[in-house]
Amino acid sequence: MRETTVNDAPPHDQAASAGSNARPVPFRGGGFAPQPRKGVGLVVFVALIALAEWGTRTGFITNLTLPRPSDVLITLGELWDSGLLMKHLQPSLTRLAVGAALGVAVGIWVGILIGLFSYVRAGLVPLVAALFPIPKIALLPLFVIWFGIDEGSKYALIAFGTFTPTVVATYGAVDNVDRGLIRMGQSFGLSWASIVRKIVLPGAMPGILSGLRVSLAIAIILLVAAEMLGAEYGIGAYILEAGSLYDLERLFAGVVILSLLGVIVSAVITRIEKRLLRWRG
Amino acid sequence: MELRLDGVSHAYGGTQVLRDITLTVPEGKIVCIVGPSGCGKSTLLRMMGGLERPDEGTITQLGEPPEGCLNPLTYVFQDFALLPWRSVEGNISLALEDHDLSKARRAAIIEDVLARTSLSDFARALPRQLSGGMKQRVAIARALAVNPAVMLLDEPLSALDAQTRVLLMDDLVSLWTRAPFTAVYVTHNLAEAVRLGHRIVVLSRRPGAIREVVEIDSDLGARGEGDAKLEQVQTHLWHLMRDEARAADAELADA
Repeated sequence: MRETTVNDAPPHDQAASAGSNARPVPFRGGGFAPQPRKGVGLVVFVALIALAEWGTRTGFITNLTLPRPSDVLITLGELWDSGLLMKHLQPSLTRLAVGAALGVAVGIWVGILIGLFSYVRAGLVPLVAALFPIPKIALLPLFVIWFGIDEGSKYALIAFGTFTPTVVATYGAVDNVDRGLIRMGQSFGLSWASIVRKIVLPGAMPGILSGLRVSLAIAIILLVAAEMLGAEYGIGAYILEAGSLYDLERLFAGVVILSLLGVIVSAVITRIEKRLLRWRG
Repeated sequence: MELRLDGVSHAYGGTQVLRDITLTVPEGKIVCIVGPSGCGKSTLLRMMGGLERPDEGTITQLGEPPEGCLNPLTYVFQDFALLPWRSVEGNISLALEDHDLSKARRAAIIEDVLARTSLSDFARALPRQLSGGMKQRVAIARALAVNPAVMLLDEPLSALDAQTRVLLMDDLVSLWTRAPFTAVYVTHNLAEAVRLGHRIVVLSRRPGAIREVVEIDSDLGARGEGDAKLEQVQTHLWHLMRDEARAADAELADA
């Protein structure tokens, strides 16, 4: 310690001897560059749950307002033990997978067409803009007539809900592909298909993937909405039933499952991004 | 193969950018096009390679491209235009994939051009890992891979720092001396023009028209630093361009 002070002393002396006008340049840089902070997210989660647990135990929060987190956990355990969890989860995951796959696939396809062809763009962009703000849930009765009361209407609802955000993200991403790279492809005599496959698609991939994040979150929301209307099994049906009985433990157990589903989907997309966008470094 | 331009004129909207350009690019020579910014020299180059259509006039290719030529008119761009998601060899391969070549043949071409541009050690590197000079070397390697009849270089060194520029100029000279190629080289840098050009075409400011064509006979390999004759030519070119450059600088973009 002492050594440091000795070493630090001379510049200080110099500054002092340079006159009373000498002072260090104030630091004004830094910031505006978020860094990864591991574990902070977990701490927030744990703190909130601990607060709820403490509140419900002491009676500071009544049982009517919020269920006790430990009770929710027990309910989840029972759900697992009885095998009901899989019974509810399996149809939900199928609906999510089929609906989202349909919506995303068609959405990416239409988005690319809008991005590449002036007529398709002129014709479809206003249509997509008109469809986007419609709450898809409001159309559910219509879908029931069109696609049947069974799985068909649920697939259609989820597909329709993921379609619009995917289209918007995809054609935006295609618009952002460096035109210089496309000119380069043309100057080397690449075929149209090659330019789309080797330049446009990979160039649009970052935008398409971040659009996918939004689309899949919407898919989970719509999954529950679809199951609230006529489904025997499914996370949505489970939540709806718990809600009408005001069984808060089961309601929250269902909500926790949905949250976990969202976290898993987001993690999967992060994995895909890491793999496909390795070139961005 | 030669390239001939006949009375080429062009306008964007109501603004004329090129006026009556008549010019020949002889085989095995490098033609430099210099001019103040906004004189339409890059537009002219895009027309020579068929990326843009002139309003008036014709651009003709005379004679057959050399044997094994995959893309007669091949560009090297100022911003390199490399696909960031492909490695160095992948970027070169892109230019070959649409042609009917065996895998072995393609690999041989890539190896050959990488060796010629001293990039063999970087075959698997991604563009973001490379310096600007290296990126432009990759773009030059990609252009060489298709064995072009005419190379069209659009300010290829303008995005590089001064030292790298000198190094790359030397590379281009040695590439040319080993195997003379036909090239059109657009630049605003007069030092590059006198170092690399057999023929230097000076354009006036907008609308770009040919002001003068200067021929330099001396051998590319023999041109070096402090060559009195080259300096003289460069000074002459600068005198031609100075007033134009000043006027072009003071112009409003959309006036």
